[in-house]
Formats: sequence, structure tokens, C-alpha cells
Amino acid sequence: MSAAETKEMICISCPIGCRMTVYEENGSIVVKGNKCGRGKVYGEEEYLAPKRMVTCTVATDSEEFPRLPVRTTASIPKETIDELLQELYSMKITLPVKRGSSLIENYHDTGVDIIATMTLPGRA
Amino acid sequence: MQERTYDVAVIGGGAAGMAAAVEVRRQGLSCAIVERENQLGGILMQCIHNGFGVQEFKQELSGPEFAEEFMDLVADANTDVFLSTTVDSIEESEHGKELFCSPGTRPAGVFTAGLAQRLVNVEGYIPGKNVVIVGSGDIGLIMARRMTWVGAKVHGVVEIQPYPAGLTRNIVQCLNDFKIPLYLSHVVSRIDGQNRVEKVTVSPLVNGIPDEEQSFEIPCDTLLLSVGLVPENELSENAGVDISPITSGAVVDSTMMTSIPGIFSCGNVLHVHDLADYAAEEARRTGAYAVAWIQNKKPNRQVRIKAGANVRYVSPGMINPESPDKMYLRTLIVKNNAQLVMKVNNTIVKEKKLSHVQPSEMVSVKLTPKDVENWTLEPDSILEVSVQ
Ligand SMILES: Cc1cc2nc3c(=O)[nH]c(=O)nc-3n(C[C@H](O)[C@H](O)[C@H](O)COP(=O)(O)OP(=O)(O)OC[C@H]3O[C@@H](n4cnc5c(N)ncnc54)[C@H](O)[C@@H]3O)c2cc1C
Ligand code: SF4
Repeated sequence: MSAAETKEMICISCPIGCRMTVYEENGSIVVKGNKCGRGKVYGEEEYLAPKRMVTCTVATDSEEFPRLPVRTTASIPKETIDELLQELYSMKITLPVKRGSSLIENYHDTGVDIIATMTLPGRA
Repeated sequence: MQERTYDVAVIGGGAAGMAAAVEVRRQGLSCAIVERENQLGGILMQCIHNGFGVQEFKQELSGPEFAEEFMDLVADANTDVFLSTTVDSIEESEHGKELFCSPGTRPAGVFTAGLAQRLVNVEGYIPGKNVVIVGSGDIGLIMARRMTWVGAKVHGVVEIQPYPAGLTRNIVQCLNDFKIPLYLSHVVSRIDGQNRVEKVTVSPLVNGIPDEEQSFEIPCDTLLLSVGLVPENELSENAGVDISPITSGAVVDSTMMTSIPGIFSCGNVLHVHDLADYAAEEARRTGAYAVAWIQNKKPNRQVRIKAGANVRYVSPGMINPESPDKMYLRTLIVKNNAQLVMKVNNTIVKEKKLSHVQPSEMVSVKLTPKDVENWTLEPDSILEVSVQ
């Protein structure tokens, strides 16, 4: 990530939604506009390594339930999301599947799994 | 045709219906859920994003996971469930679903955001490639991210109000993350296209009127409408239940009972909840009140609640001063450091600080027996709730 960049962001740690300015100065991260400490933590992480949860669906072999909803077990770096989506869209899951079962384990060594979020029955 | 008898029948097996049924069973009465879809869960089953369950299950789940947690509770409670069964008229109780209000008919390519969500997440059908979203409600915002993630281009969200209708978190994670512009105080003034939408004209509002000079066009093949949810209440209306013109849901007393004794209402059919956790909490109370009603425990006295300054509505519309309970309200304003004020006969009886209010976030307030200790109630007393 290029340093010396100034980022405008909205803290989403609580509903107040402080508008913050975050930049780097003398090797440390400065957060301005936050009303409380949680804003500083959020601002620093958003500045250095923003992460997001990914929720999506993958194709199944079933006509009755053509899509299986899935999610990451934790947030992953934002820049890896597109690649993960491509991988998920190329998959086809054979039903039945149980909620919580892993489709991908330890995605790219992030320690994050991709799990099914719905139990779907196989062919009756 | 079969006939079955239960103490309580729950119509609709969404978050609210399941929570209500589990509570009725917990108290030992018989109960059945009647659900018109082929699975329980209601709207949760198409809400594949996370953000559910923080209150109910102390963890952040997606909609289907939240639903399955409740399905397990329903199964554990030995509740009878009738799937693919629609209640066409009521002789029993009521509970329901949401309707997306979409203005008029249009060329192909115009969808409600809720329908688009169902098409993409449940059926795996992508409704279009170049999308404009009208209205900044949460479903529209969530669909902006969803459509981007399935490879479509979302060109903008057009909101008539000067502030967004959805949660800030969704503005940040569903629009800003993808640099999708949000046009506040703008309207879609024109939709062009023969058989399919081809472009829309977006105009800023200047003194409340669309300004043609500053209008611009966005080519697109798909328009998603996210202009708010309204409870769907055909069933209750046909049963003769009084409906509030403000919430479009039933009018209920302090026990969540409608104007027809024995019919109770909760969840999104009563008023639209932005959190499934709240819908479930309200439903659990409703289940308990239904049980109390069957056991002939009725309130001695109820005080009407009135929405005062800056409050759109308060639900339920009454309070039992002998056993005060939770109420939900929606404000008409956006404000930091707001103050909730409750008055009886023009005397302040309770005040509460609200660090932030906005119309899209439901406020919950709980009155305790201590709060109502010193009320002096006249026969015509009203509890007025306002926000300053
Ligand atoms: C797009 C979207 C995003 C959301 N995001 C979040 C979020 O991030 N976090 C969160 O906590 N909440 C969220 N919510 C809110 C939450 O999902 C809802 O408030 C909650 O699930 C409503 O539950 P319900 O049981 O009241 O209604 P519903 O889920 O609508 O259930 C009603 C059920 O009744 C059935 N029914 C209706 N009529 C009949 C009939 N005549 N006979 C038989 N059955 C009938 C329907 O089929 C349906 O299953 C979101 C909602 C939407 C729409
Ligand atoms: S900085 Fe603190 S007060 Fe401001 S939005 Fe973040 S958590 Fe809320």
C-alpha cells in the first residue's frame, strides 16, 4: 500500500458514523474526526489493510435449489475478494450439503474457510 | 380436507413466526406454523449477506444461518409445521410478510430490489448488466454490492431525500467500496427504452423541483427500485382487523392483540423491522401474550401511546401500566445526541439520551415498573413519546 496517502472514510463501528480523515505522518497513522477510540482502531485498520466479509452463492446440481449461499468465516483482505469470487463462480456443488461445511479450507493461507450457510437436501 | 385443533396457530414461518411458536411451545401450549413456501425462514432465505443474530445468538450470521438456528429451535420444541400451505382467510391468528411497493408498470428491466435479490440469490438468474438503483433503502444498497460481485456494473443510486435511507454501514461497504455514486436530492425523471430499459435521466432537485438544465443521462438495461417496505396485510384486512394508516400494519394493544380478540400481530406484518433480531424479540413477547390471553390473563388498564414531536410511530399503540414492556419507534429526523421524552398529562415521566437517531434505524425503549411508579393516571391519560 502506498504511504503518504490521505483517506476519507466513515466509521461504521457505531450508528453515529463519524466522518474521518486518515493519513500517515512520521511513520504513524493519524486519525482525525473520530469521536471515540473505536474510531481510531477502525480508521487504522481501514487505512492499512481493509478487510471484508464475503457472502455469495455457488451453483448446485439441483433444479429445485439451484444456488447454495456461502460466506467466509472471517473478513479477508479487500484486494483478494475478486479472485475468490471467480473461484466460487466456477464451482458446482453436489447436494446434499450441510450448513457449516467447508467448500474451501484455509483460502490462500489466510486461515479463512468458505462455508455453506444453508442446509440443502439431495435429490428425493 | 383435514381438520386440526391447536391452542395457537402461527401464520407465516419467518423469523417472527418461528420465535412466536417456540415461545408458545415453551409455555406448554400446542402450536402449529402454517407457511406458504416450501421451507421456513421467510425473507431471511434470500438475505445471504451477514448482519443477523448479534442480539439473538451473540454472533454475526447470514440470513439463512439465522433462519436455521430458529428452525432447530422449532424442531426441538415439537412444533407442527405445515409447509407449502397458504392461509387464505382467517378464523384464527395472523402474521405475515413484506410487499415491495413499486410505482406503476414499466418496460422490461425494472425490478423491485427485493425481487432482484430473490432472482440472484435463490434462482441464480442475473437480471441485467448495467444497473441503476432508485432509492437508497438497505435492500437496494445490498443489491448494489451483490450485482457488482456477480459482474454487473452499478452506475449509481438515486435518492430523492437529502440523506440516505439505508444504514451507514451499507453505504460504506456496498457503495463506497465500489465507488458507486450516491445521488442525494436527485430523482429519476425519465425512463427510456422500447422493450427493455435503455437509459434513465437523473435530475437534481432544486427547491424541490427537478432541474432540467443540470440533468444527465445514464445508459442502463436494468433499474432496481428500493423505495421502502410496507407490510402486506390483505389477510388481516379481510379478517376485519383495524389497520394503522402510518405503519400499514395492524393496530395492536399492549398485548400485541389486534382489534379482533384472539388475533395477534408481530414481525414485519405489524411494522417493518430492520433487524430480524428485533422481529424475533417482538414475536416471542407476542407468543407469551397469546398464551396469557388463552389463560384469561388480561390487562386491567391500558394507556394509549401517542407519537409526539419528530416520531413517526410507536408500536404497540398501548401500554399496560401494571406491567410495562418494550416498545419500538421510528423517528422522522436525523440527529446526534437526541433526547427521548415521555409525557403523561403533559408531565415528563421518563427521559433517555439517544446518541444517534435516523429514520432508517428503529429505536427500542423498555419501560420498567419503576418508571411507571409515580404516574398519576386520569381516565383519559395518554402517554406521549417524542424525540428532541
Ligand atoms: C434485503 C433485506 C435485508 C435485511 N438485512 C438485515 C440484516 O442485515 N440484519 C437483520 O437483522 N435483519 C435484516 N433484515 C430484516 C429481517 O430480515 C426481517 O425484519 C425479518 O426477517 C422479518 O421476519 P418476519 O417473520 O416478520 O417476516 P417474513 O420473513 O416476511 O416472514 C413472513 C412469512 O409468512 C409467510 N406468509 C405470508 N402470508 C402467508 C399466508 N397467507 N399463509 C401462509 N404463510 C404466509 C411468508 O411466506 C413468509 O415466510 C433485512 C430484510 C431485508 C428484506
Ligand atoms: S468514532 Fe466512535 S462515535 Fe464515531 S462512529 Fe466510530 S465508534 Fe461511533
